[in-house]
Amino acid sequence: MFYREAGDFKTSYRDDGQTFPIRFDRYRYYAVLVFGFVVLPFLLNDYWTNAVFVPFLIYAIAAIGLNILVGYCGQLSLGTGGFMAVGAYACYKLTTAFPDVNIVFHILGAGIVTALVGMLFGLPSLRIKGFYLAVATLAAQFFLVWLFNRVPWFYNYSASGQISMPERTVLGIPVTGASVAPWAGYLVCLVFAVALAWMARNLTRGSVGRRWMAIRDMDIAAEIIGVNPLKAKLTAFAVSSFYVGIAGALFFSVYLGAVEVGEAFGIQKSFAVLFMIIIGGLGSIFGSFAGAAFMVVLPVMIKLVLVDTLGWPTDLGAHIQLMVVGALIIVFLIAEPHGMAQLWRLTKEKLRLWPFPH
Amino acid sequence: MKKTLTTLTLAAGLLAGVPAMADLVMPSLSYRTGPYAANGIPFADAYADYFTLLNERDGGIGGEKIKLVECETGYNTEKGVECYESTKGTGALLYQPLSTGITYQLIPKVTADGIPMLTSGLGRTSAADGKVFKWVFNFPANYWDGASIMVKYLLSENNDSLKGKKIALLYHNSAYGKEPIRTLQDLSKKYGFKLSLIPIDAPGQEQKSQWLQVRRERPDYVLFWGWGVMNPVAIQEAANIRFPMDHFIGIWWSGSENDVKPAGAGANGYKALTFSGVGDGFPIYGDLKKYVYDAGKAAGAGDQHGTILYNRGLYAAMLTAEAAKKAQELSGHARITPAEMRDGMEALNVTEDLMAKDGMPKFGPAFQVTCANHGGSGQAQVMQWDAKAAKWNVITDWIQSDSSVIQPLIDADAAAFAKENNITPRDCK
Amino acid sequence: MVLPDTLLFAMEAALNGLLSGVMYALVALGFVLIFKASGIFNYAQGVMALFAALTLVGIQQGQVPFADLIHALTGVEMHGFGWTLPAVVAIVLTGIVMIGMAMVIETLILKHLVNQPPIILFMATIGLAYFLEGLGDTMWGSDIKAMDVGLPQGITGWIDESTNSLFGYGFYVDQLNIVAMVVAAILVTALTLFSQYSKQGRALRAVADDHQAALSVGISLRFIWVLVWSIAGFVALVAGIMWGAKSGVQFSLSLIALKALPVLMLGGFTSIPGAIVGGLIIGVGEQLFEFFVGPLVGGATENWFAYVLALLFLVFRPQGLFGEKIIERV
Repeated sequence: MFYREAGDFKTSYRDDGQTFPIRFDRYRYYAVLVFGFVVLPFLLNDYWTNAVFVPFLIYAIAAIGLNILVGYCGQLSLGTGGFMAVGAYACYKLTTAFPDVNIVFHILGAGIVTALVGMLFGLPSLRIKGFYLAVATLAAQFFLVWLFNRVPWFYNYSASGQISMPERTVLGIPVTGASVAPWAGYLVCLVFAVALAWMARNLTRGSVGRRWMAIRDMDIAAEIIGVNPLKAKLTAFAVSSFYVGIAGALFFSVYLGAVEVGEAFGIQKSFAVLFMIIIGGLGSIFGSFAGAAFMVVLPVMIKLVLVDTLGWPTDLGAHIQLMVVGALIIVFLIAEPHGMAQLWRLTKEKLRLWPFPH
Repeated sequence: MKKTLTTLTLAAGLLAGVPAMADLVMPSLSYRTGPYAANGIPFADAYADYFTLLNERDGGIGGEKIKLVECETGYNTEKGVECYESTKGTGALLYQPLSTGITYQLIPKVTADGIPMLTSGLGRTSAADGKVFKWVFNFPANYWDGASIMVKYLLSENNDSLKGKKIALLYHNSAYGKEPIRTLQDLSKKYGFKLSLIPIDAPGQEQKSQWLQVRRERPDYVLFWGWGVMNPVAIQEAANIRFPMDHFIGIWWSGSENDVKPAGAGANGYKALTFSGVGDGFPIYGDLKKYVYDAGKAAGAGDQHGTILYNRGLYAAMLTAEAAKKAQELSGHARITPAEMRDGMEALNVTEDLMAKDGMPKFGPAFQVTCANHGGSGQAQVMQWDAKAAKWNVITDWIQSDSSVIQPLIDADAAAFAKENNITPRDCK
Repeated sequence: MVLPDTLLFAMEAALNGLLSGVMYALVALGFVLIFKASGIFNYAQGVMALFAALTLVGIQQGQVPFADLIHALTGVEMHGFGWTLPAVVAIVLTGIVMIGMAMVIETLILKHLVNQPPIILFMATIGLAYFLEGLGDTMWGSDIKAMDVGLPQGITGWIDESTNSLFGYGFYVDQLNIVAMVVAAILVTALTLFSQYSKQGRALRAVADDHQAALSVGISLRFIWVLVWSIAGFVALVAGIMWGAKSGVQFSLSLIALKALPVLMLGGFTSIPGAIVGGLIIGVGEQLFEFFVGPLVGGATENWFAYVLALLFLVFRPQGLFGEKIIERV
């Protein structure tokens, strides 16, 4: 009824190519943004910020990054955890070396450092493909974690080997450290997530994105029609790592505040982010958000229901939670291999006809 | 919309288990799953059982019932944060995360929220400096104490001279395992022994190259900082290469039944430190049996009673309860706040009499917490595994760590932390 | 014979590396079997080893499965059946459980995912890994259990003595590793004989070669899948026993999969000899690297070196040493 293109005349190519061609969709999108930026900050308490929203936004950024590499460019990577660690440590080194520079620049800087490291580890992708590449990126994962653990320079020779984030402010308001207001940390993550998602959307529908997709669909054919695989693959690795690096920097600085590399950025993290994009939908920005939300909220929900409401023992709750997550992943893959993004697309198709289907 | 969200938040808040605020709320961030579950279970069981005992026998602490809120972390830092956030609004009095990673996360948070945290024998060592770490306590001993106590014990074994001896430190290649290195390096200069460092990456199922190295270098002693699956594998490998087990000494987290039992008879003679009681020969077990086990109120499977880590859980709970009593005494009312709990902890004086009164005579070292010293006395015992009898035997009295070596290190690290975080150390009269 | 110490030590390290390599290969074998027959990269192999080991110990010690869950739901307390079965019986029973599991996996998961791209199948196995991990814990509890099927452990006396009389330095070799070597040899021989000389084995190879051609000559794909997952389950059981004897049966056992991945990469996903040779190369490589380079960079290099080594090999042979040549057509 509301969701249709009838009467919505496009008079320019610009209009025709916009992300949300349907008016209702556009307004819904603005409404979500307004809600996220204006309403939510007033509602959030510590629990919702730290247990749900901040991790959700950070994982969404990482998922967009990985989606660029896996979903758009077709290069399977299991090194996400390692690259997040690069982002976190780069952020830490930058912010302790230049304490007077705004933290936002440090986070961006961390992204750039990670992009460089990502390109380095992306080089083998020119020779190695498919699962072999996935396992090869594990080399990056394990090596980086070992390196950050091994070389004291990375953690400023602290006795504990942990890195902890000192207090930093944006516009005079603390966003990291002990005394962060819930809304401040949340808003920083939200700004990054929205800006990066906007950038990813525009990158992927431009010429760069088309090159990535050409490589994904068939790299030899793409090469024949003039796509340079070296450039396409390395840009994908660079952009993807940039995103993942920023996610890592936020993960360390805003979310956890102190990390130990093996614990926070281990192989589990790589798998978790990969899950998000598969559940959410490969090659979809919305899917990255949906997948991140699913993987962050589901365990919390299961815990709330089983342990806090039904009063089951915590260990049993945790075991059941593992089983439910595992089973849901399988069910999802069977029911809709293209992820939640595809479900969303189908829903929209249905909505266009509603309430008068054929 | 706002209203629905508020209701949602409220509903979720209710779901998150907000108890009646009348009780003394003790959160238990336990891990009964994940890679370290085997070690987390006994501790969590004991922590719960002790408070159940107080509720059943004494009607709580000072007439107030204790409400234990358990939250599963799986030793995962993110889940730890989630647990902290979901429990802190319930009036939580004291956090004991039993994980160094989660401890580091929580140090800034508890400081900002004003809730005390106790990390007995783990966490950030320099938290012993109460001037900088107002809300964090790590009595009765920390890792640096542990390293020093091991060396002291070895000195006593070798007629007070370790000159020319070779000592290897085999450690979990993480923040936790690297803790003792600085102390041991200082001690090696002081006593003239040669220290070699052998890291093992987590999880540590494959330690062939490390033990080949031990076999080649033939150190006189191996000190061990392991955790999780690393412990049984290391003990098994040591037995395999026929390393003399009584020259192999683990820190308190590398000495539980879980670690020695898989190696069977080969583990006989292995030594480890402990700062909590060994065995179930304490009077408190009588009460536990009467009020908790036989009443069917035991936490978990109930098969951990009397193990090292179960006792450590009892000890942690006992210290908590004593601190709460002290806090009630100081504040003059039973329903204490987290801030009053902190004051109670700072005034805690654990004497032999006190432990005997709790049915746990000589269970831990006697120590007194002060405003400046949140680390306790820094004492521990050495125990040895008897494989035939399948039990640990305490073989020394309480050994005092060498504070002339450790205190400067603590001061330096605390000062660095204070500087990094713009904390002005408070004055302690 | 007097050799320089370094050479002796290096020889000892290499020898131990070879034997550790066999342990890695044991895990890698399961991956290869499934990948060959169904093109699925089965991430759950490590968890299957854990699950098999848990089941074995549970059956042997007469534990009641799901005791905690039953307790939480109904309040009934159960403390085991009170028997202790001989190891062989328990192994056979566990084998049956693994076959049952293969059937369930086939009916509930694989059947529905035919013709999906490999990454989806891969993710499904990760989902399976999560599920099995939770199931294993719920069934048998998450405390550490000792694996006791009577495998010998400790230094091998005769190698120690003979090398001692030969070089003046006794080499250390773990008896368990020798057993593992023998078991692996038997396993590979049996698998080879089975796939070469039995009807099902030939069908299996046909499916591995070409699904559709195999279907068209009347081979039941579903039966082959059950078969191959059962065999992989059995291989996982063997790996679980070997690794479980080393470290006790507990959660971390599932992480052995990470030790097998570089082996697979190096040997090629589709080759059984590749898994063995890959295992040996990785084993020796990481021991020697740790021996020579480890002290210079601070040690604990095994975790990443195996991957870097495999990566180096892959740069020159992108399909692994023994993998099928990747032919790309437009």
